[in-house]
Parts: sequence; structure tokens; C-alpha cells
Amino acid sequence: MNSFLEVRNLNLSLKAGMPILRSVSLNVAAGQVHGLVGESGAGKSMIGKAVLGTLPRALQVTSGEIWLDGVNLNSLPTAERRKTIGAKAALIPQDPLTALNPSKRIGPQITRRLVDILGWQKSDAEARAVELLHEVHIPDPARVMKSYPHELSGGMRQRILIASAFAAEPKLIIADEPTTALDVTVQKQILRLIAEMQQRHDTALLFVTHDLGVVSKTCDTLSVLYAGKVIEEARMRRFFTRPIHPYSAALLKATPTYTNPRGSLTPVPQSVIDATEREVREHDMRASR
Amino acid sequence: MRDARGDVTRPIGARLWLSGAWLALLVLAALCAPLIAPKDPLMQDLFLGRMPPFWVTGAEPGYLLGTDSLGRDVLSRILYGARLALIVALVAGSLTCFIGATLGLIAGYYRGWPDRIISRFVDIWMAFPPVLFAILLIAVMGPGLVSIIIAIVVIDWTRFARVIRAEAMSQGAMDYVASAQVAGRTRFGTMLTEILPNVLPTIVALLTLEMGIAVIIEAILSFVNLSISTDSPTWGGMIAEGRTSVHQAWWVLVFPLITLFLTVLSFSQLGEGLKDRFDPVLR
Ligand SMILES: Nc1ncnc2c1ncn2[C@@H]1O[C@H](COP(=O)(O)OP(=O)(O)O)[C@@H](O)[C@H]1O
Ligand SMILES: [Mg+2]
Repeated sequence: MNSFLEVRNLNLSLKAGMPILRSVSLNVAAGQVHGLVGESGAGKSMIGKAVLGTLPRALQVTSGEIWLDGVNLNSLPTAERRKTIGAKAALIPQDPLTALNPSKRIGPQITRRLVDILGWQKSDAEARAVELLHEVHIPDPARVMKSYPHELSGGMRQRILIASAFAAEPKLIIADEPTTALDVTVQKQILRLIAEMQQRHDTALLFVTHDLGVVSKTCDTLSVLYAGKVIEEARMRRFFTRPIHPYSAALLKATPTYTNPRGSLTPVPQSVIDATEREVREHDMRASR
Repeated sequence: MRDARGDVTRPIGARLWLSGAWLALLVLAALCAPLIAPKDPLMQDLFLGRMPPFWVTGAEPGYLLGTDSLGRDVLSRILYGARLALIVALVAGSLTCFIGATLGLIAGYYRGWPDRIISRFVDIWMAFPPVLFAILLIAVMGPGLVSIIIAIVVIDWTRFARVIRAEAMSQGAMDYVASAQVAGRTRFGTMLTEILPNVLPTIVALLTLEMGIAVIIEAILSFVNLSISTDSPTWGGMIAEGRTSVHQAWWVLVFPLITLFLTVLSFSQLGEGLKDRFDPVLR
């Protein structure tokens, strides 16, 4: 299977020295959905940001490669790298509140991608934006195009961001916990919408979440991240029937999924957490040797 | 209890209009001073010294707000004084704003070494006591309109730099900025098209506030006789003169003082009002 996104031994650390990602490797095949699960602070968002080239200033890539559609991004000069990433990948962000510019109308924020990346005429881009808004089931797109972000609900904004992510027809979408900031009532709709768009546009999807229940329904493969280290990479079926890493097994017991639909949930035992921590530390020590 | 939406927004509208009206009146006075001033502001008449305003017995007809000790018409002098006050407000205010906001925007958005240099510079600058600094500057450059404007810019650019830096920094951390860059924008382009519109309400509020401050600084410098030559009327100069004879002729002091007070108040209220109007999130 050929990977559309391939992250090879990516090491990321604070400029001050503390490691954030430890030799992370990750493959997302073209047209497939890859889940990235891990508890809060594990480094999930940083993987997405490293791929998109939007890491916070405090962090730096110390080693490793990121290949997108057969191109090593590190080998490209900055301007070209930006262009390549902009044309091939897009983000559905975690927080739809800060992901839209509060002082600009919705319309230009969607058409910007088409104009900047594909060099479209403004009028064509506007027509396409209206179409996209239809596609994400927004009623009255013409009015929404003229609205400011604060006039719309969180669910609406997330729909807009989904439309805008798919606007330039990228072949990789990174969805970073796309429903965490939303009301429970709209979470399902948004998840369904992302799955629908992914299939219709035939894009690869890196689906970041801390919810194994969601992963079981949407993903083909997944990686489990703990403290910046991928501790298990698996196909879905195998993962849910025979998890290899004790931490994965403990996670599954702590999640209401089809292996354990209504039975009691077991919190991840401290001994498993300790053992996993030890493993990560040993990894660091091996690396420093 | 104050409900942020209901109770506070309505009076802001009134303040905006009142302050706007006062400032419009001043602009009109400044532009048309020769047409509307009842007397020549420099004309002395020693027989008409210290005439009270019109409603006090013994007032001289034609001198609505009375005369000073040299018999000059207080109203006309206030009207002409508006010219200098507004020139200083506009020129010094905009220059201060432009220099300070530009540096603040660059420091807050680019971070890294530009920020280190600019912030260090601001810190050092602010270690000087500002009024002393201004007096020193004018002593070196000699009094005059240009010196005053330069003194104000030199004193106050740091206010803009610090506030705008902080705002640009918090905007820069938002996701929409990152996504603009994924879409292929350059950093400089992102700063102008994404960050600047969001700090603009703050810039406008600071700018109008700065205009008020510029008027005060000019008045203070006139008061200590470091402003423009004494024969062109300034509010600060009038206040200084009025102070010496406040027991015999309170109006020489009080009218320019009220004018100055209302003007500075209007500038700051206008800023607050405009900020709320401009801010898409508060609107
Ligand atoms: N701007 C930043 N500066 C320093 N450390 C950061 C920054 N952003 C995130 N981190 C650190 O990186 C780690 C991973 O964060 P993140 O990828 O956001 O976790 P999550 O898996 O919840 O998405 C966390 O330990 C966090 O403290
Ligand atoms: Mg995250």
C-alpha cells in the first residue's frame, strides 16, 4: 500500500531540550482513514502541526522526515514547501472559535484558499465557496458568506471550516479532535459530515482523537501515542480484538466500544501507566546513547 | 449589577455622539476661527482689562466670555487656541501611533530577535522620566511646534508599542493565523491581512486617547512657557496667565480649563466608543 503521508522517525523537542515527540513514525495511505489516539498532552496536535509546518515557535524538529505524496518536505525550500503543503493538505481544527479570523467575513476566508493556492478568479472562487457550503449542509450559503464568525454557532463554524479544508481539493485532511469543542448534540453530525466528505472527495484522513469509540467507527488503521511515542500501530480489526501493548489493552477496557458495549469500564491501572512511562524513558536513554 | 450587553452599550452610543459633537465643534472653530471669532485674539485694549463674562454685571457687550488682564477677548483666544491644540493632536497623535503601533506589531507577531530588540529598547526608553525628557528635548531643540510634536512622539510611542505588541502576540497564537500560512501567505502578508485588522480597534482607541494626551502635553508645555511663542494663543498659555489673576478674574482661567477638560475627555470617550463600534466581536 502506498502512503500519501509518511512520517519517519520524527523527533520534536522544546528548544529548551525536553522531548515532545520520540521517533514517531506514521503512515496514512491514500484515501484511507488513520486514527491517532492518545491522552491529552500526548503530542497528537504537534504531529499535525509538524506536518502542516505550523509548529509553535518554542518547538523544533530535531530529526526525522515527513513525506507528502512522495515528496520529502524537508528537502524543499520554505516557500515551495508552503505551497506544496497548502495544495496537498488541510486542517480541520480543534477549536472553531479561534480558527476563523473574527474581523473578516466568512466568504473571503473560504475563497482565500482557492485564490491563493489555485490562482482562481475571485468570482469563480465565490461560486465554488457557495457550492462547498451547500455540500456541508449549510442553509442559505449566500447569507453565511456575508456573515462574521461571531454571528454563527460553533457547529456552523465547524461546518464552514470543513468546507474550507476541502476547498482546494487536498488529498490529505488532518482533523484534530474536530468535535471536542462542540456540543454533544452536534458532534455526531460533524463526524458523519467529515466521513461523508472524506469518501466523496476520496482524501486521506488523519483523524486525531482521544475517543476510541469514534475511532472504531471511522478508521481503517490507527496509532496509539503515549507521551510522544507511538506504542502501537495497527489495523482496526486486529487492534480491537488483539491489542498488543498493555496500555492499548487497558485503554480498550476503559472505553465503551463494541468489544465491551455495556459492561463496566476499568480505569487504566497505575501499574500500566508506570510501565509505559518506564518504556518511554528507556527509549529516551537508548536514543541519547 | 451590570449586564455587559444591555446596560453598558447604550450609554456608549450617547458618549460617542456627545464627544464626537464636541470635537466636530472644535474642528469647525479651528478651521473658521477668523470668520467666527468676534475679536482679534491678539488685540490688546488696556481700558477693557479683566471684563467679566456676559451674565455678570459690568460685562462689556461683544466680549461674551470676558477679557484677560491685557483686554484680549477670551472667547476669540479659545477659538484660535483650538487650531494649535488640534494640529498637535492630529500630527503628534498619528505619528506616535504609527511609529509605536508598527514596532509593536512587528515585535508581537514576529517574536524572536525583532521582539528582543524592540522590547529592550522600550524598557530602556521607559526608564527615563517622561516630562523631564520632554523639557530636556525642547531645551535642546528650542521651543516651537515641531519640537513639541517630536517631544510628544518621543515620550509616548512606547505606550503603543507595548499594548499593540501584547495584542499582536495573542492574535498570532490563534489557529486562523496558522491556517492563513498553510494557505501560502507570507509572514508579512499574514501580519497585514490577518493580524492588523484584529488589532485595529485597539489602535483606534489608543490613537484617540493619545490625541487627548497630546493636547494635555502641549498645554503643560505652554504652561511652563516651553511651547510656541507666546503671542499665538494656546489653551495652556491662557491657563498659565489666568492662574496669576484667578482671584480678580476667574474666567480667564476657568474657560480655557473647561475647554481643555472637555476636549481631552471627548478624545478618550470617542476612542472607547469607536473601539466598541469597530470590534466585530463586541458589536
Ligand atoms: N506552544 C507550546 N510551547 C511549549 N510546549 C508546548 C506548546 N504546545 C504544546 N506543548 C507541549 O507539547 C505537548 C504535546 O501537546 P499537544 O500535541 O497539544 O497534545 P495533544 O495530544 O493533547 O494534542 C504537551 O506536553 C504540551 O505541553
Ligand atoms: Mg491537541
